Amino acid sequence: MGFYVLRRLLQMVPVFLGTTFLIYALVWAVPGDPFEGKCGERDCPASYVSAMRDKFNLDDPLVVQYGKYLWNLVQGDFGQTSSGLLVGERIATAFPVTLRLALVALLIEAVIGITAGVVSGLRNRGFLDSLVLVSTLFLISIPVFVTGYVVQLVFGLQLGLISPTVTTPTFGNLIVPGFVLASLSMAYVARLSRASISENRRADYVRTALAKGLPTRRVVGVHMLRNSLIPVITFLGTDLGAFLGGAIVTEGIFNVPGVGGLVFRSILTKDGAMVTGVVTVLVLVYLLMTLLVDLLYAVLDPRIRYD
Amino acid sequence: MTALLEVEDLHVEFRTRDGVARVLNGVGYHVDAGETLAVLGESGSGKSVTAQTVMGILDTPPAYVMRGAVRFHGEDLLSATAERRREVRGEGIAMIFQDALSALNPVFTVGFQIEEQLRLRRGMSRSEARKRAVELLDLVRIPHARQRVREYPHQFSGGMRQRAMIAMSLALDPEVLIADEPTTALDVTVQAQIMDLLAEIQRERHMGLVLITHDLGVVAEVADRIVVMYAGRIVEQADAVSLFRSPGHPYTEALMKSLPRLDAKGTTLDTIKGLPPSLLRIPPGCPFHPRCPRAEAVCSVDVPPQERLGFGRTSACHFAEEVLNG
Repeated sequence: MGFYVLRRLLQMVPVFLGTTFLIYALVWAVPGDPFEGKCGERDCPASYVSAMRDKFNLDDPLVVQYGKYLWNLVQGDFGQTSSGLLVGERIATAFPVTLRLALVALLIEAVIGITAGVVSGLRNRGFLDSLVLVSTLFLISIPVFVTGYVVQLVFGLQLGLISPTVTTPTFGNLIVPGFVLASLSMAYVARLSRASISENRRADYVRTALAKGLPTRRVVGVHMLRNSLIPVITFLGTDLGAFLGGAIVTEGIFNVPGVGGLVFRSILTKDGAMVTGVVTVLVLVYLLMTLLVDLLYAVLDPRIRYD
Repeated sequence: MTALLEVEDLHVEFRTRDGVARVLNGVGYHVDAGETLAVLGESGSGKSVTAQTVMGILDTPPAYVMRGAVRFHGEDLLSATAERRREVRGEGIAMIFQDALSALNPVFTVGFQIEEQLRLRRGMSRSEARKRAVELLDLVRIPHARQRVREYPHQFSGGMRQRAMIAMSLALDPEVLIADEPTTALDVTVQAQIMDLLAEIQRERHMGLVLITHDLGVVAEVADRIVVMYAGRIVEQADAVSLFRSPGHPYTEALMKSLPRLDAKGTTLDTIKGLPPSLLRIPPGCPFHPRCPRAEAVCSVDVPPQERLGFGRTSACHFAEEVLNG
């Protein structure tokens, strides 16, 4: 196991270099002047442009620029935006909000999705089963921005149950955005658990557990669930990685000050340093999450060995 | 005297999309303490379904028990409460299955799967249950039981897995053990070891053993009595010695003729012509008549009753006496 982790961590280095280089190159290769519109209605003065070109090393060849960026990065310096804001600081304030939103969404997704999936998987063809199938199909077919706006309109503006925008990102305030963010994956989790449960329901080991005289509660809750949830939990793991990548749409609708909004605004304002910084962090987070999921898989299923 | 376990006139049907399959059509047998009853038959003859009905682990739907009784110490289990049936499982009647790899839960250790019954049903602590599990693995002669108790089923070889399953079934000291083709998935040398082990345990514990198999060789070695099943019916019941000396039903006769024999080397092996009937459309009269070399007009009309052929011996054939006398 130790060697496996080490190998995986080492594999991350080339992946990290490749992705960050790609992002860096793409961000600065976007057509158009990066300093257009930075000085209001008129063109920026030549002195400003040359100062900026100097600050971001734009006169160096691309590889040298990237090398300098990387060198600062490993020292913990994410650089500054063109307006002088510290990129690292902005990420440090936005990321905890996204993490909180991601955890809320994950919790909602897991609890509702798994419960619905298990209940419907245990009784094939019945009212509950049809209800779960239809409602998940419904959720899967609706784009998140529709769900988001409808929820905001109905619960926030018409019924007044929630505040339509998140002013302070506490866990409580993030429940509704979390629900919107989780809605699509929740439907997938429900369907995945349903399929997994109904497949395991007729498994030989379930029959053995019954023949041992174990209570049905235990046969379902321990034997069947433990086996059925292996694929579901790995799905949830990768999903958490995706949530941590920021929810541009959901954060936008509810005005959550997280990473998604930050990267979206930075792309609009062609703020290359910010985009590169945020995406670099996201790449790292995603790489670590996939490693964690793979390790978790081995813990859940003893048949999987990494040596 | 009431038998330890008695199955009487059991009728089970499977309601499928293609129609109703009559899987059991009046099966009855009994087994006493210290006795080995072999249930012999082709696949689809209803051997396993009978066992699952006894255990109460049939999947309903599609399976429905239409008629009959399963009595354990004289108590009818089919009319007992679900809670009472659960009590009997494992403790009164235990069961082992054919393919131990899929029958054991892949994500729990062998020890866990033995111990959970002890903890739940006997109220043992973790350490007591672990100690008992090691003893049980020792009993079925798994080497290094102390280490192996912590391993998962996939880390065991086929024979060792079946031993572990036997150990698991013995955890609550059952009075009857139903072994559903316990050696079918194993290779021949291991088969013999497992059969010896089962026979030994059965003797020592004075258990009733119901051995479900399609292997005549296995039956000959360990069975005290044999019931032969065909298309959800019992066609012949006899003690092992007399059944092998002179079969009382054409089907049993044909099964024995299809065994390779050392003294008939070089000759063509007899086979039973045709296929077992579809349980959706069992032929009228005797279900075996389309394949039977002795069939006459009456066989396709009347269902043969169980003819008594001496002490404890029956045969469901219109010509049972003639078959018996060769």
